[in-house]
Amino acid sequence: MSNTESPGLYIHVPFCRTKCPYCNFYSVTSLSLVADWLDSLRKEAIIYKDRFAAFDSIYIGGGTPTLLAEHELAALVDTLSRYFTFSSDTEITIEANPDDITLEKPTLLRKIGVNRISLGVQSFNDKELQYLRRRHSAMQAERALERIRASGFTNIGVDLMYGFPGQTQAGWVQSMKRALDFKPEHISCYQMTLEEATPFGKMLAEGRIKPLGEEEERALFLLTSRFLEEQGYIHYEISNFAREQKYKSRHNSKYWRHIPYLGLGPAAHSFLEGVRWWNMESVERYCRALDKGRLPVAGTETLSQEQHLLESLYLGFRTSHGIDLKLLNNQPHSDTILSELQESGLIQVHGGRAMPTRDGFLVADGLPLLFAG
Amino acid sequence: MQIRNFCIIAHIDHGKSTLADRLIQHAGLVTERQFRDQILDTMDLERERGITIKSQTVTLPYTGKKGKEYDLNLIDTPGHVDFSYEVSRALASCEGVLLIVDASQGVQAQTVANLYMAMEYDLAIIPVINKIDLPSADVDRVKEQIENELGLDPEPSILCSAKEGIGIENVLEAIVEQIPAPTGNPHDPLTALIFDANYDPFRGTIISCRVFDGTVRPGDIIRFMSNNATYKVEEVGVFRLHREPREELPAASVGYIVSGIKTVSDTRIGDTITLDSHPAAAPLLGFKEAKPVVFSSIYPVSSEDYPSLVEALEKYELNDAALVYQKDSSAALGQGFRCGFLGLLHLEIFQQRLEREYFQSIIMTAPSVQYQFKLQDGKAVTIDNPQYYPDPAEIESSFEPFIKASIFMPERYIGAMMKLCLARRGVNPRTTYPSPGRIEVTFDMPLAEVIFDFYDKMKTITQGYGSFDYDLIDYREGDLVKLDILVNGERVDALSLIVHRDRARDWGVRVCDRLKEEIPRHQFKIAVQGAIGGKIISRSTIPAFRKDVTAKCYGGDVTRKRKLLEKQRKGKKRMKMVGSVMIPQGAFVAVLKSDNE
Repeated sequence: MSNTESPGLYIHVPFCRTKCPYCNFYSVTSLSLVADWLDSLRKEAIIYKDRFAAFDSIYIGGGTPTLLAEHELAALVDTLSRYFTFSSDTEITIEANPDDITLEKPTLLRKIGVNRISLGVQSFNDKELQYLRRRHSAMQAERALERIRASGFTNIGVDLMYGFPGQTQAGWVQSMKRALDFKPEHISCYQMTLEEATPFGKMLAEGRIKPLGEEEERALFLLTSRFLEEQGYIHYEISNFAREQKYKSRHNSKYWRHIPYLGLGPAAHSFLEGVRWWNMESVERYCRALDKGRLPVAGTETLSQEQHLLESLYLGFRTSHGIDLKLLNNQPHSDTILSELQESGLIQVHGGRAMPTRDGFLVADGLPLLFAG
Repeated sequence: MQIRNFCIIAHIDHGKSTLADRLIQHAGLVTERQFRDQILDTMDLERERGITIKSQTVTLPYTGKKGKEYDLNLIDTPGHVDFSYEVSRALASCEGVLLIVDASQGVQAQTVANLYMAMEYDLAIIPVINKIDLPSADVDRVKEQIENELGLDPEPSILCSAKEGIGIENVLEAIVEQIPAPTGNPHDPLTALIFDANYDPFRGTIISCRVFDGTVRPGDIIRFMSNNATYKVEEVGVFRLHREPREELPAASVGYIVSGIKTVSDTRIGDTITLDSHPAAAPLLGFKEAKPVVFSSIYPVSSEDYPSLVEALEKYELNDAALVYQKDSSAALGQGFRCGFLGLLHLEIFQQRLEREYFQSIIMTAPSVQYQFKLQDGKAVTIDNPQYYPDPAEIESSFEPFIKASIFMPERYIGAMMKLCLARRGVNPRTTYPSPGRIEVTFDMPLAEVIFDFYDKMKTITQGYGSFDYDLIDYREGDLVKLDILVNGERVDALSLIVHRDRARDWGVRVCDRLKEEIPRHQFKIAVQGAIGGKIISRSTIPAFRKDVTAKCYGGDVTRKRKLLEKQRKGKKRMKMVGSVMIPQGAFVAVLKSDNE
């Protein structure tokens, strides 16, 4: 059903000036391979050029896409428009770092077709920004937002993080309020996750970071959801809020609904007709493969029906859209479990769908196995 | 050739097996190099527990001091109350016993029990004081006990240390001097007593027997007098360390018969063998069918292992004539078996052997005894499975088996022990002081109260010094109810139990508390309740899981996250679903664990 919807196109820009200690996305800090990467990306695009229907979303993520120079961004867009087709209203998002938003950058981005900016603010508190080893200050973030808005962007997303050691509830509300001053169309609020393969993860393993307890995490999550909904935002995914329905991230929603997507660049993932594949997590190897005319694919999997169901359940329970009850037709005990979850206030059932409540979001990871056990 | 037939009887750990091994070694059946610890106790489990479960018999060649040649038939006996009938058949096959008493521990509960049994069969009794090499050995005190507590003349007692090989000659000489030679007429009609049966994968059942009269030879058609089944004898012989074929087993001898019997359950311990063509007029006395007294259901941990469990049981059964079982099923645990055991030790041995020797992972339900119910319509029913507890409205009266429990212990533990017995509904306490500092207390107690963790508690209370023995005495009326365990309102049938009303709350609280520890938190609150009929008598609550969601899930995370869920799902496969609640298998085991563990 979902496959009839237009696919999305993701570009992974695997470069950062510095690595943030919490981030587990693939990127390198040397910029020496940017030109090779761009060239390889073109080769990869050629390989896939007739495989996908017209895209209606592009997401340039990373990494730090805004560190690319004007001509590099132009070359990237040129490649995409040369080998792929797009619908006229395509959502084109770029992830931006506040320190890259010079006076001219927003205008330049608009000029090459970008119509949505996702700004990695993370916090409006300088101490927290230092803790996160971000390259910008709160004031720089505010200035970046002003510039983006002034250049005419009507779809701005702000990324924030919460739940780090020492943060108070009041401090967190303060950060959100400062974001709200700019009336962003979209806000992502990510609860800090101490990923294993990151410096923070290592510090956790060594006992140098004490993670928040379950109750504190829970309180912060509920606070965030309640506060932003009071401000008129729709809490449409665990970590995502939109000011109006139309400002939900069209591109990201494809990941959650098994809509096809093509990912170009190192470490990018793609999904088409039940098959998912992912590229090598190395700029060098990625470039070398394409140089030799080979696919830079590191792995591939064809989803079994069971796997597809499991994904549909867990992805569905992460969104306010929930799951289609038809998915549960052959699952034993599903009626008992559904009513148990309803009674516990974790899901609501109507219109043939089961949708998580705010409390349900909190335990979304555990819901799928109650059914697809 | 002269023959002597004898048993060794002893309290657990007084050195029975070690002495047997020494006698075997002395007879030259094994060299020092082959001499392993405890040759007779062949199962690992037995060696671990220091007790004999399956008895083995051996014929020892011996030349006496006066130059006469003997065949000494040592009939080994199992060492636990559960197997007292097997012990009695072994004793009935002998003319005498070696009664071992530990030189430092002195006379113990089982020493007395075994002695009484030996006296019943009018056997010659030779006291052997063992472990005289121990620094704590007190031979004079033990001799006094032998005189005062056992009523035996301590003078002919033999001092030995089986471990050190001291006094072994004297033991052998006493056997030929003090135990009478067996009598019997090899030309009379055959009567042979079956005292044991073992399974051999190539030959089928190997019957161990004592021939009283007549002679049995290969080619004879033998008949079991209890059921008139007939078999053709393929081979007869005596036990050395391995079977040694002979041309015949004449009156007075002890040996084996192979006759193509497929499973040991086709033979009955205590039965009399005679010749089909020339039968004896009457069987030997004392035949009793072994009756199970403790029941429990077993289920495979993973339901796909059911066929493998069936196969394991079929194999196990070949060698355990006392086990009875039939199919059983549970909503929570799936297909399984209801098994009957001679006692709790038998049950434990069964469980451990299934796991170790047959590689089965099983869940056992709470052990139950056999209850009797008189119904309004006059009918009487006997029930050992809570699933079949009658409709309470139809019960007129209910009855449970009672035992006479006797506990021997040093005097200082009597207070705590009395408390335990009274808490377990013991009545009619009697105490005797068999020797200074030692006390024997007997209670009439419901069997149901001792089948669960009583033995462990008794050992804890007496710091290991107590010993416990019991006899079934009768059925007594009691207010027996069925306790159900509900998880979020759903009855978990595998946890139901028939229990006396006075004890229902204790058990209910215990199960609710254990399950609270064992069931992982779910996305919703879980109520665990103990209920009699519609009435809740105990309760615990497992709070809901509060947060588990991860923040990010984009293109690169989808597969990784699914794989994580798939891994979790594998773990959950080992859980049992009751309504909407997942109960780990371990929970079923945990409710049966003793408090001390």
